[in-house]
Amino acid sequence: MTVNFPALGLILLLPALGVVFNLFFGAKLGRSSVNLVGPGVVFVAFAVALVGFIKLLAMPAGGSLSFTLWPWIHAGKFAVDVSLRLDALSGVMVLVVSGVGALIHLYSCGYMGEDPDYARFFTYMNLFTLSMLTLVLADNLLLMFVGWEGVGLCSYLLISFWYTNQQYAYNGRKAFIVNRVGDAGFILGLLTLFSALAAHGVWTLNFVEMRGHIALVGPTIATAAGLLLLLGATGKSAQLPLYVWLPDAMVGPTPVSALIHAATMVTAGVYMVARMSFLYRLTPAAMDTVATIGAVTALFAATIALVQPDIKRVLAYSTISQLGYMFLGVGVGAFSAGIFHVMTHAFFKALLFLGAGSVIHALGGEQDMNKMGALRIRLPITYLTMLMATLAITAIPGFSGFFSKDAILGAAFTSGHTGLWLIGVLTAGLTGFYMFRLFFMTFHGSSRVEHERLHHVHESPPVMAIPLIVLAVLSVIGGWVGLPETMLWGNAFGRFLVPSVGEFKPALEFSEAMLTLISVVFSVLGIALAYVMYIQQPELPGKLADQAQALYEVLLNKYYVDQLYDWIVTRPLFFLSRYILWRGVDTYGIEGVVEGAGLTVETGGGVARRAETGNVQHYAFVYLLGAIGIAAYYLYRLWH
Amino acid sequence: MPLWLFAFLAALSVISALGVVLQRNPVHCLLALIVTLLAIAVLFIGLGAVTVGFLQAIVYVGAILVLFLFVIWLLNIQALPAERSHLALKFFASVGAAALVAELFVFFARAPATPPAAHPTPDYGSIAQLSVSLFSDYLIAFEVTSVLLLVAIVGAIALARRVPEARASRAVPAEARAAESEGW
Amino acid sequence: MVPTSYFLALSALLFAIGVTGVLVRRNLIVMFMSIEVMLNAVNLAFVTFARAHGSVDGQVIVFFVMTVAAAEAAVGLAIIIAIFRNRETVNADELNLMRW
Repeated sequence: MTVNFPALGLILLLPALGVVFNLFFGAKLGRSSVNLVGPGVVFVAFAVALVGFIKLLAMPAGGSLSFTLWPWIHAGKFAVDVSLRLDALSGVMVLVVSGVGALIHLYSCGYMGEDPDYARFFTYMNLFTLSMLTLVLADNLLLMFVGWEGVGLCSYLLISFWYTNQQYAYNGRKAFIVNRVGDAGFILGLLTLFSALAAHGVWTLNFVEMRGHIALVGPTIATAAGLLLLLGATGKSAQLPLYVWLPDAMVGPTPVSALIHAATMVTAGVYMVARMSFLYRLTPAAMDTVATIGAVTALFAATIALVQPDIKRVLAYSTISQLGYMFLGVGVGAFSAGIFHVMTHAFFKALLFLGAGSVIHALGGEQDMNKMGALRIRLPITYLTMLMATLAITAIPGFSGFFSKDAILGAAFTSGHTGLWLIGVLTAGLTGFYMFRLFFMTFHGSSRVEHERLHHVHESPPVMAIPLIVLAVLSVIGGWVGLPETMLWGNAFGRFLVPSVGEFKPALEFSEAMLTLISVVFSVLGIALAYVMYIQQPELPGKLADQAQALYEVLLNKYYVDQLYDWIVTRPLFFLSRYILWRGVDTYGIEGVVEGAGLTVETGGGVARRAETGNVQHYAFVYLLGAIGIAAYYLYRLWH
Repeated sequence: MPLWLFAFLAALSVISALGVVLQRNPVHCLLALIVTLLAIAVLFIGLGAVTVGFLQAIVYVGAILVLFLFVIWLLNIQALPAERSHLALKFFASVGAAALVAELFVFFARAPATPPAAHPTPDYGSIAQLSVSLFSDYLIAFEVTSVLLLVAIVGAIALARRVPEARASRAVPAEARAAESEGW
Repeated sequence: MVPTSYFLALSALLFAIGVTGVLVRRNLIVMFMSIEVMLNAVNLAFVTFARAHGSVDGQVIVFFVMTVAAAEAAVGLAIIIAIFRNRETVNADELNLMRW
């Protein structure tokens, strides 16, 4: 049942007010006002969302809160409004987005403290929050797309925040354009679905209504729509083939990386698939595609992360890899497991990024891990919190990441996708390795920090430390809502989400404990290897790199995918634009026609003027010719 | 009019017209033109248009052509040397004129021949008949023509007069000119 | 009696001669004289037709043509004088300012 809850509107209104305030008054009223308003609106939005969520919990299963802000499109039988709906799925997402978002806004007050474009930063961050919340709370696909586009825009604005740097601006453009390719897929999927439904007389894009009539669509359309929407999701959530923007997006400020490229925007794709679970359940083909893309991307990104020297890049590839897990989860039908991982990942990945930001801030901008080391003494809070996050991401039992990744891998196996399960397990091993490689290189070992930087290595101020601590706590306990069936209250999270995304029905029976054990073993092996290579024998990585030079180069250069895309997409497009469209069509064609018109007149005039000889007798001769002509005409008349 | 007279006058007018067109010296052309016009005047009289014929001799030859003569003298127009230029124009002009004549001949050959009124009224072409027509049927045209003549006179004088003396006396010192204007 | 068509033929011939003179001669004054030849050829035609119809209207027209020819000759010669004053020439070849 649906209850009207006007306060839902506040959840969007508050960030919107934040945008307006920061945009028009932020620069004039100074940092302290922006410090108050920027994070403040998000915190209040979180509070409102929490109130709504509690109300939702009190309702029977399947209930929801809704509110219509204003009517939007009403055309004949088709109607779509700016309406919000808080059900189990969007409730979870709203809390994650606004909660983690609020913490990151708070952190930014410290991190961006000396940046002159302070107000602009928070304007963009608030705008992003507004868009993401719209995306998550939308009750129809069209409004969700508005939010979808909005977060893409804000991603661009924030990646190229320091736009005076050419490379940063380029990376921002790259992110936006790659996203656009995905968006095209999204629109096409939306239209496919819409027209298929409309052909049966159902004119709607509202999720609940679509769900009710989805059987009308038929498996072919469902597959087509599912795959097209998936294309959009791969763009937004950085999966193969449209992941290339995410590593380069790390040039943005670290809070941006944390918020957008770890915790929230990149999860929009997963959310969308979960939201459209009613569609995907109709098409095993599309689901398998989702799962395969997820698993392969997870492995692919993990291999690249093994050798990257930049701390943020390792985290970026780690994000891509973990997102792959989420897609694997929803692809095998375990939608709630995927969303579970979205939540836990938001906690520990945001923490990892903020911690990395803390390290970078302390080192005055250094991001190369080869120039870090032994920082655990100087940065105790950062060290401890990042340890929590690293343990969570490597799925050590008890931590949040363990429960969510375990749920996904278990579902992958028991749904019959054993191959994908194996890939997931291997990736878990790699994850253990590269994450602890990051951890050991940064905080342990001998100090390789440059001498000048060593002096002002200091722990972060409270405004940055508190979010770290909160997120660390969440990274530890956040997974306890989704315990395995046999323990305590079991998978409360999964049960909670059933009305929104349906239930997962395993195809085979297998010992869950055995599966869990296998993946934990792999993770621990990875961690052990990292320990050996980076603490016990630090010269080993160098030697291995020399021995397997070719492989090392390939991994370091990210399989040369960027270069590949450059050759098969970018260059042809540039060529098309520059030589065919610009030179050919525009300069020669259109301008040619326009100038040609003028040229014709000019040439015609040039020819015609030669009749003006200035000699009166020539003119008189023409008269004579005319007279002869007229007489001839009358002669003709006379003759006949 | 007897045919031999017509033939004679026709030949005379054609030959003198050719003389107008072909003579080098403008005065010779003028003289040829006078002969042409006089021949035509006689033809007019032969056709019964006595008044018009005499008017032709008095007005056309006696006034207009004399004006031509005066202008030639005034400007001291010399005979231009024979030129070999504009051959194309000369050729095509001749062809064109010949074509025109041919067409007109065809017209006249085919036109229904209206026999001339054998016995026109006794005062046909007399000044009395002409005046009656002028002052009754064609009165407005007559009046307008007189205005036209006035305009022509004024125009001719305006076009042909010398540049006014005031400009030439620009060299006169300013005081003298001021004094000139002061003293009425 | 001389047939009407003879007179008309003569008129046509004189007209053509006049046309040739206008087109061929360089001297402005002679050009003008050729125009007078043309006018007279036309006058002859008018008088011929008047006689053919037995009415005096044709002669009235000739009267007016003569008047207008006089006016035209006066003004035209005044123009020639003005041209001569400015350009020191009555050669049509040198008067082609309106040339492209």
